Amino acid sequence: MSESRSAFWNGVRAEFPLLIGVFPFGMIYGALALNAGLSTLASQLMSSIVFAGSSQFVTAQLVHDAAPGFVIVLTIAVVNLRHMLYSASLAPYLKNLSLKWKTLLSYLLTDEAYAPSILKYEDEGITPFSHWFLLGAGFSLWLTWQISTALGIFLGATIPEEWPLDFALPLTFIAMVVPALKNRPMIAAALSAGLVALLAYGLPFKLGLILAALAGITVGTILEGRKSPKEML
Amino acid sequence: MNIWLVMLVGGLLTFGMRFSLIFLFGRFEVPETMRKALHYVPPAVLSAIIFPELLYPSGNLNLSFGNTRLLAGIIAMLVAGYTKNTLLTILAGMAALLILQLI
Repeated sequence: MSESRSAFWNGVRAEFPLLIGVFPFGMIYGALALNAGLSTLASQLMSSIVFAGSSQFVTAQLVHDAAPGFVIVLTIAVVNLRHMLYSASLAPYLKNLSLKWKTLLSYLLTDEAYAPSILKYEDEGITPFSHWFLLGAGFSLWLTWQISTALGIFLGATIPEEWPLDFALPLTFIAMVVPALKNRPMIAAALSAGLVALLAYGLPFKLGLILAALAGITVGTILEGRKSPKEML
Repeated sequence: MNIWLVMLVGGLLTFGMRFSLIFLFGRFEVPETMRKALHYVPPAVLSAIIFPELLYPSGNLNLSFGNTRLLAGIIAMLVAGYTKNTLLTILAGMAALLILQLI
């Protein structure tokens, strides 16, 4: 087996445990996007055009709430800002690649592809074939996301319309947020964002959401700045 | 609103952020404050969605026991805290809502 191919399959293997977790998530996304009022085609293609799980869930919620397009785009941008960190972190390991490779790997750069790849690169450094590892991790995740979305859309279409399935979106967000509330700045960020969202609920264009998110991010960042690193654990 | 335009612009922005520093390697560093702030994006954005969903179920503030979405949401939070399992949280919250609506 050639070195590139073996690096690719190592990436797939390292990604595998993550794929098991991602699969039900993709199915839930597909079912809920359809239920939120997106067409079958839009629900499916969002998984390849945007290809970023949490922002896809948020988009489905905002489409359901009839938020205007610019607020949805702004929210997608805020939710996905963290990818700049992954981009910064992987950049030194990808610096010698062609523009074509950089473009392809950037498209595939999700939380789940980043995690095993950065561990691998920090551990073993880079070889002329190590970008194939990221390709294997990223592509296997991409494929899993497309298939699980399709299955979710298929199953979502069979769920009776009178079920309050729209409630599953906030429930999904609860499942994402609560386990992350491990320290005081995190809890304060969540609570202040929630309170501002309630107070600013009446603002037009769902702008209360953006305002609330900025308030929560600011509160968390300021509180973290005042803590010693030890307390953060 | 054109959903295709929204997805296209949202997708291009997302790609742009993924591509940005791989492309600009060595010419731009992420400032420390931004690095910190990014940790708080998910809890802030998601809580900003969750709170109104639970407390304004029909557009008005409802803090009573008749607010089934609030009660089901609190049950889901407990399940999420104890199990850290997405699927279980959704199932528990949905089951709670369906049962509370029957009562």
